[in-house]
Amino acid sequence: MYAQMIKSEATQDDPEKLAAFQARIDAGEKIEPKDWMPEGYRKTLIRQIGQHAHSEIVGQLPEGNWITRAPTLERKAILLAKVQDEAGHGLYLYCAAETLGVSRDEITEMLLDGRMKYSSIFNYPTLNWADIGAVGWLVDGAAIMNQVPLQRTSFGPYSRAMIRICKEESFHQRQGYDAIRQMAEGTPEQKKMAQDALNRLWYPSLMMFGPSDKDSVHSAQSMAWKIKMNTNDELRQKFVDQTVPQAEYLGLTIPDPDLKWNDERGHYDYTDPDWSEFFDVIKGNGPCNVDRLAARNKAWDDGAWVRDGLLAHAKKKAARQHAAE
Amino acid sequence: MKNEWPLWEIFIRGQHGMSHRHVGSLHAPDAEMAIKNARDVYTRRNEGVSIWVVEANHIAASSPSDKGPLYEPSESKVYRHPTFFDIPEEVGAM
Repeated sequence: MYAQMIKSEATQDDPEKLAAFQARIDAGEKIEPKDWMPEGYRKTLIRQIGQHAHSEIVGQLPEGNWITRAPTLERKAILLAKVQDEAGHGLYLYCAAETLGVSRDEITEMLLDGRMKYSSIFNYPTLNWADIGAVGWLVDGAAIMNQVPLQRTSFGPYSRAMIRICKEESFHQRQGYDAIRQMAEGTPEQKKMAQDALNRLWYPSLMMFGPSDKDSVHSAQSMAWKIKMNTNDELRQKFVDQTVPQAEYLGLTIPDPDLKWNDERGHYDYTDPDWSEFFDVIKGNGPCNVDRLAARNKAWDDGAWVRDGLLAHAKKKAARQHAAE
Repeated sequence: MKNEWPLWEIFIRGQHGMSHRHVGSLHAPDAEMAIKNARDVYTRRNEGVSIWVVEANHIAASSPSDKGPLYEPSESKVYRHPTFFDIPEEVGAM
């Protein structure tokens, strides 16, 4: 998902406090920034919300890539609005993380020097316009799967950020589906491009949910803390079940010859992605890892004079006002 | 008037999980007293689980006369709403 493979931090707190904390969570209460919380809860959440925020920001790059080359002015305005939303989503989440005692600069620097990750999906390129449609449809579709249950997460600021994000996210998926539908219903060449985009993005989208439950070792504590609401496989299955009819409507074929409806399970059977590719991408060896981090580092470095300048200006103004009083 | 207590804006979290909402103002000599007063003024019927107080002169507000320049630009950006896109019923909720 936007946060993948978040390791739950060990907690060494007073067992009585821990029990009381768990009881609050079990009762459905929200934990707020100034409440007592286990160190492990705090650290795990900083990592998870931070990774989620980084994903929103890095996620602007593959789509921003096509703003200037959108096929019509309308599509350009829509894509611009969507990418703008992602910046906002990153901001909501960074602010939620900051309530846990980490500063914006600290968390940004951890992304820039590779100590923190972002979702594996954004290490894949957007080669043509069909990919932009497919990203909205599949990548935002997968993100929604995870973000909807996270609206009920135990940490108040995270929950409220997710509620706001989910409200805006529906636009993202629908504009993507609308864009790819136009191609799928277009000329044979356009339909071929739509199919090609689905072929390339299907398995990377399935990878967004993280490793299979049997290899996902960090879930139990996070689920008890209600900072992870469903297992990776549960969400992946839900995504497949939702997406197959959408692809069928477009007349596109999911690139999985073994995909079929299983009457007994009431779900589609599907082929897992190649997990060695996933781990390789996470390690930094995906097609765009180097580009993405370089772009973020460049933006940070190029923006330094603006940040410094505005702060110096604000300080000067405050000093003047102080002197005038 | 030199010794007048400052004005505080009061924000109450109505129930767990919700945002704090502005409920009104009161005077108090400091933050601690503002919270105590807010408890007496604004939560006598269990209206809240948490109180925030902010000195009123620390609140910066947009000007009502800026309404046009601030909000009109988004009126033409109708595509920001999900209903702008026709999604066929057959493909389910999106």
